[in-house]
Amino acid sequence: MTAPAAPVPTPANAGAGQSARPRTRRNVELGLLIFAMALTLVYTGVVEANVAGKLTPDFWVPVAMLAAIFFVLHMAIRFLAPYADPVLLPTVALINGLGVLFLRRIDLARAKPAARADYSVFAGDGFRQLGWTLIAVVLAIALLAIVRDHRALSRYAYTLGFAGIVLVLIPAVLPARFSSINGAKLWIKFGSAFSIQPGEFAKIALLVFFAYYLVRKREVLSLASKRVLGIDFPRGRDLGPVLLVWALSLMVLVFEKDLGTSLLYFGMFVVTLYVATERVSWLIIGLLLFFGGAFLAYFLGKSVGGPFLNFSQRADIWLDPFKDPNDKGFQLVQSLLGLGTGGLFGAGPGAGQPTKVPEVRNDFIFAGMGEELGLFGLTALLVFYLLIVERGLRAAIGVRDSFGKLFAGGLSFTLGLQVFVIVGGVSQLIPLTGQTTPFLSAGGSSLIANWILIALLLRISDAGRRPAGSTASVRLGGVKIGSGPDKLQEMPTEVMR
Amino acid sequence: MNAPLRRVGVVILVLFALLFANLNYRQAYKADDYRNNEHNGRLQVTEYQRSRGKIINAQGEAIAQSVATNDSLKYLRVYPFKEPYAQIVGYKPVNLAATDIERLQNLFLAGEDESQIGDRITAMFTGKQPAGGNVQLTLSKAAQETAWKELNRNRKGSDQGAAVLLDPSTGALLASVSMPSYDPNLLSTHDTNAATAAYAKLEKDPKKPLQNRALGEVYPPGSTFKVIDSAAAETYLGLTGSSVIKGGDNYKLPQSSQVFKNSTGEVCPDQITMKEALTISCNTAFMQLVVEQIGLDRLQTMAKAWGFESRPQFTDDDDNLMGCAVSTTGKITGPDGKVDPPALAQSAIGQRNVAMSPLQGALMAATVANGGKQMQPYVIDSLTAADLNRVGGKTQPKVAREPINAQVASDMQDMMFSVVQSGTGKNAQIDGYEVGGKTGTAENGEAAQEHGWFIGFTMKNGRPLAAVAVFLNQAGRGGSAEAARIGGLIMKAYIDEKGSK
Repeated sequence: MTAPAAPVPTPANAGAGQSARPRTRRNVELGLLIFAMALTLVYTGVVEANVAGKLTPDFWVPVAMLAAIFFVLHMAIRFLAPYADPVLLPTVALINGLGVLFLRRIDLARAKPAARADYSVFAGDGFRQLGWTLIAVVLAIALLAIVRDHRALSRYAYTLGFAGIVLVLIPAVLPARFSSINGAKLWIKFGSAFSIQPGEFAKIALLVFFAYYLVRKREVLSLASKRVLGIDFPRGRDLGPVLLVWALSLMVLVFEKDLGTSLLYFGMFVVTLYVATERVSWLIIGLLLFFGGAFLAYFLGKSVGGPFLNFSQRADIWLDPFKDPNDKGFQLVQSLLGLGTGGLFGAGPGAGQPTKVPEVRNDFIFAGMGEELGLFGLTALLVFYLLIVERGLRAAIGVRDSFGKLFAGGLSFTLGLQVFVIVGGVSQLIPLTGQTTPFLSAGGSSLIANWILIALLLRISDAGRRPAGSTASVRLGGVKIGSGPDKLQEMPTEVMR
Repeated sequence: MNAPLRRVGVVILVLFALLFANLNYRQAYKADDYRNNEHNGRLQVTEYQRSRGKIINAQGEAIAQSVATNDSLKYLRVYPFKEPYAQIVGYKPVNLAATDIERLQNLFLAGEDESQIGDRITAMFTGKQPAGGNVQLTLSKAAQETAWKELNRNRKGSDQGAAVLLDPSTGALLASVSMPSYDPNLLSTHDTNAATAAYAKLEKDPKKPLQNRALGEVYPPGSTFKVIDSAAAETYLGLTGSSVIKGGDNYKLPQSSQVFKNSTGEVCPDQITMKEALTISCNTAFMQLVVEQIGLDRLQTMAKAWGFESRPQFTDDDDNLMGCAVSTTGKITGPDGKVDPPALAQSAIGQRNVAMSPLQGALMAATVANGGKQMQPYVIDSLTAADLNRVGGKTQPKVAREPINAQVASDMQDMMFSVVQSGTGKNAQIDGYEVGGKTGTAENGEAAQEHGWFIGFTMKNGRPLAAVAVFLNQAGRGGSAEAARIGGLIMKAYIDEKGSK
């Protein structure tokens, strides 16, 4: 309680600080966005020239539509979160744009060669994804407009936490025909036309709860401890929540047959726990629990089978995909062959044969792009993701309140971990799981959820960089909510270490 | 909380570094492995971007060529002549490995041979995909087509058979036909499901149309094996065609009650010249000759000298991609490891465990015609670039083995002329040419009909022109005469074609 809390905003301050105000850097954002869109324009131009054999007069239309959508978001940020991080939007826009255009490239490859040049820009998965992008960006703007202060979210922490658990468990409870795609029960299927992946939204809802809960409990979790081998271990009774989440994630692993999602939730929780308590012991406990659980599931799958079978099979494929290259190992083998064929420089946009990779529009989009963009292209993509994650962590460091720190840190880490899980999966670094590649994979759930995640990071980074005097975001519907829940306001905002 | 947040940043950095390191491993270190992996379907698409070279017969007609399509696979492999050339040229399917010549010269046809690196470098600058190289074969159009036509309309109703024609002085393969055959276009189609179905159907066909009976199958040679007996008698015993040997209607094995007879209706005097014995194909004479005078070891040594027990190898086909089968005399000894006289007697007339491929039969006839020198067979005359300029030299004829000397060869020519002039091979006569040969009727199990064989050669003014082997599966009695007739027609077709040039 020694640190100066967020300075009380006063109108006088705001007026006097006019000249010393940090720059909003919105023009930087615009410049980077224009650069990102120019890159996607070049990309789609090369794709069309390679796939259709010529540059069609309207090849620029999808890029123009993307640019319009992102420009609207940029303008919204100017008004709703003027101090937000200027790098997030352009970087995400670039990845999202490449995703849309790569899906269009797959559409072209699947069309008859004669029809490729005339393939409508308003058709196929590419356009569908463009539509999802529009919806996702509209929702992101709505979120920025409604949630003027991220701390307001903590008021709904229990509601959101409960909703998160329900969302996680729905696919596990549903019969397989409503929830299973390729062996992983991660979906809610509405007929064959439409399905959503509730886990994508659940991770954000759960994070709100984790952040809120841990901010409240951090004192007891970090102070009451026993020291073993120079590392502080928590008391037995304080292990309750972490064991609960561990059990939850193992249930996901067993009943939804998905290691990736399980790893994602558990990693998310352990890392927020670590950030809240600053106790490395939590990381050690977490890692031991997770790997112990995974090994247990593997050996149970080998000996008992049943619900554990899927996981042990996936682990076997990971250990030697070429053992059964035409059946069980087919997806991973084709993914690796695609990556290998791409080599250092790749075949060039539109010049490869990504349709050889199964599920190239969803789980394996990274491998599909790897064939055409090569190691250099994929490295650039990884750097873009890394940039998003590190900017998110920076927002966490920059924001003043503990809830914001935990929440932003958790969001950023989760995004990074998801990229690691799926990219590691398709490149045989870890067992393959059915995760989406953020902003690239076809599908609305993932895109909307991740854009909401980005909107939250924008909101928090705006809060962190906003000059103290600004009152831009303390009103919501005329009601002052900047104070947030009472408990939170009394918390220290910075740990002095 | 900022310190752990920074550490989380480092954790993410480490995770991404792992991804990066792993991608380096996959896309740089393992790239070539993955690129050329057999499960990588991209290879074939790349392969089909290029016009695969033609396979051309001696008359300059394309037997296999590539035509442009609108598919993702830009060229379709087509075989305009369909069945006649199928087993010797092979086919290039989309999903499986190519066969025969398509496989033997796969890299060159695809334009990926080491010798074609210049074309590929040029292509990098011009942006045009170079066409693959062409393969010029030695196969004669007339001989190949006559062989196919005549085998299919043989008068004995045999539905399986083979014919091989060689140039005795070079070893060039002039014709090689196997019946029944198949349409390779069904297997090279870009519709891989249809190709798989077509292949499965061919494989299930009880007549086994995918088998190359000319090169890759062996059958009991029957009396054609008496050529080996005669060569052994002349070489080891110093006999000639005019030497008198024992014949007779029956041959009773010494120290045995077993009696062998000649074919019904065949009159074989008790004393007969070897030439006459060969002319009328007297079994008892050759049995006695082999069992009582030549013996097992020398018979087998002679057979080996002609190419038995070793695989005929086409020039530049070290891995036997042409699928040649090994001809053999089989086991002639009893359980005690000693000579089994009844087995030896039967082996002397090409029965028991003796088995020979039509190619081996043609090689034997060619050896006699070529003065005792057996040439190594070859089917590829030369390789040409896409613009038809020759790449490298023509295939140089090579002597593979010399089982008999010129004098023996000359005497055997004389004996075999007699077979066609006045003996069992009369049907093979060609006006204005000297034709020699030997027929064979091979028993083939209790119930089945006999196989008909003819191996022979044509000469003019002491120069060998062609050597042939014709095989008719289960053609029954008279099958060998029909085989001789077809053999004569194939040789005549080739001579006429050559003369008209």
